[in-house]
Amino acid sequence: MKQGTFVSKLFSRATLRGIFAIALFIVIWEAGARSEQWFGFRMPFLGLVPPPTDVAVSWAGLLGDAGYWQSWYMSFLRVFGGFLAAMLIGIPLGLFMAVNKTFYGIYFPTFEIMRPIPPLAWVPASIIFWPTQELSIAFVTFLGAFYTIVINVLGGARSINKQFLQAAQSMGASQWDIFRRIVLPATLPSIVVGSAVGMGITWEVVVAAEMISGGGGSGGASGGLGFFIWSSYVGGSYEQIVVGMISIGIAGYFSSEILRQLGGLLTPWLKTR
Amino acid sequence: MSAEMNQDTIADVTKVDVTKAAVTKGAIKIDDVVKIYDPNGAAVMAVDHCSIDIPAGEICMIVGPSGCGKTTLLNAIAGFHDITSGSIHLDGELLCGPEKPQAEPGSDRIVVFQNGALFPWKTNLENVAFGPMMAGKLGKKEIYDKARAMMADAGLSGTENNYPGEVSSGLRRRVEIVRALMNDPKVLLFDEPYRALDSLTKSVMHEALLEIYYRNKVTIFFITHDLEEAIFLGHRLIIMSSRPCKPKKIVEVDIPHPRDYSVLTSQRFREIMGEAKGVVHEEAQKAFAAGEREG
Repeated sequence: MKQGTFVSKLFSRATLRGIFAIALFIVIWEAGARSEQWFGFRMPFLGLVPPPTDVAVSWAGLLGDAGYWQSWYMSFLRVFGGFLAAMLIGIPLGLFMAVNKTFYGIYFPTFEIMRPIPPLAWVPASIIFWPTQELSIAFVTFLGAFYTIVINVLGGARSINKQFLQAAQSMGASQWDIFRRIVLPATLPSIVVGSAVGMGITWEVVVAAEMISGGGGSGGASGGLGFFIWSSYVGGSYEQIVVGMISIGIAGYFSSEILRQLGGLLTPWLKTR
Repeated sequence: MSAEMNQDTIADVTKVDVTKAAVTKGAIKIDDVVKIYDPNGAAVMAVDHCSIDIPAGEICMIVGPSGCGKTTLLNAIAGFHDITSGSIHLDGELLCGPEKPQAEPGSDRIVVFQNGALFPWKTNLENVAFGPMMAGKLGKKEIYDKARAMMADAGLSGTENNYPGEVSSGLRRRVEIVRALMNDPKVLLFDEPYRALDSLTKSVMHEALLEIYYRNKVTIFFITHDLEEAIFLGHRLIIMSSRPCKPKKIVEVDIPHPRDYSVLTSQRFREIMGEAKGVVHEEAQKAFAAGEREG
């Protein structure tokens, strides 16, 4: 009997539990949203929300709509652009701060003062700084992931077991070997964790940035999912607000899942713990 | 390990010369070494005018209470930190002394650490091959062939492609010793490597270590606070005083090698145990009293 095959996983107790929980959630939502017409009184909060069946109908109508998919595409583009830039700059920066005391001494205090500033507080400044709306959204998105990635890489690289370094040194490893074969792999788990957390923040930030900035200036379909929700609100389509919200949930889940899978491939030794 | 396999290795062992006289490299001379931490501040003396002469090929057990400064001495030999005064020579060559307070770490002196320092992101085989790969003298294939052969000798066949996290702590220790031996060291420095193991695993590890020693013959500088371990493995016990650490009593263990675990129940073993125990106990009490004062 082979354990852990796809089919046995699909019907495992944990999966069934998850499906049951989602189904229950939808039933309660439906009942709450239709409480006025079904039970004669309006439930607080839930009574104001469009019911899931209406949301599904609205969603089905949008599936053929190019503008809706364009919103997905734009948000994904911004998230991955900002995230990639944050990785490309943040990982080397974190590593360099960890191995170079002088650079750490010079840069870390500034870094620590800038870090608590929420990315969204940067929106007005970045609209002034950057020539296009698109770049200012990307910049704010970048900031969302950047600090988290740097702080994780720095923490990971600084907490390397000193004996790994001593052992490598005894066995004749050069400084470069120690960096490449010890510091880098020892920091990889922290890089993966930092990236996963950073990715989550990136989605939070991009949606808010799109709402505030009016979605890349031109608005409309190039506005992304954040602007999609905002324009649905302004247009009075409450079902579409929910469609937009769920879309972001799904997009965030898939982004994190891709990162988790990639992270697992990069750190195969952690699976054994 | 199967009984059959044990028979094999013991039969093998009788063929090799187990007298330490056969080893010509790896004599350590520790001469009047002092180590004071933070000399301008709290000035904690860890090692106090310590002199130990270890002939090549000896298993020298350094026994003393926890925190007495034994590891400080080991780190000075390995080149992980400096000494305040005195000198340490390896085969007549200066490792560290007045002109050069800190030795260069080198592959002639490899440490087997207390908590283990196998690289978790490398497989056992990659770990074992690491030293020669860094040295760059042999080709990759040659190194991996040698690594596989050494692992097989140490009863580690079948664990080559596992990560260290996938095998038992006893096997991990063995992999680490094989990794050390791959560097062709003159001296193996053990820093209480079996501290965290249960007593059954420990006894298996002791026999395994002796088997590896009989085959490879290096000088072993072994720190422990476990007297039974010290007498079972060692040619000689250097019993250290509590901090600052300096040799207090030297006990010769005249039980012939090769040894196996039947030694533990022998008359001579109990006599040596009796001789050593009084001294160790006295020092442990001193360390305990000092610890209470500090607390």
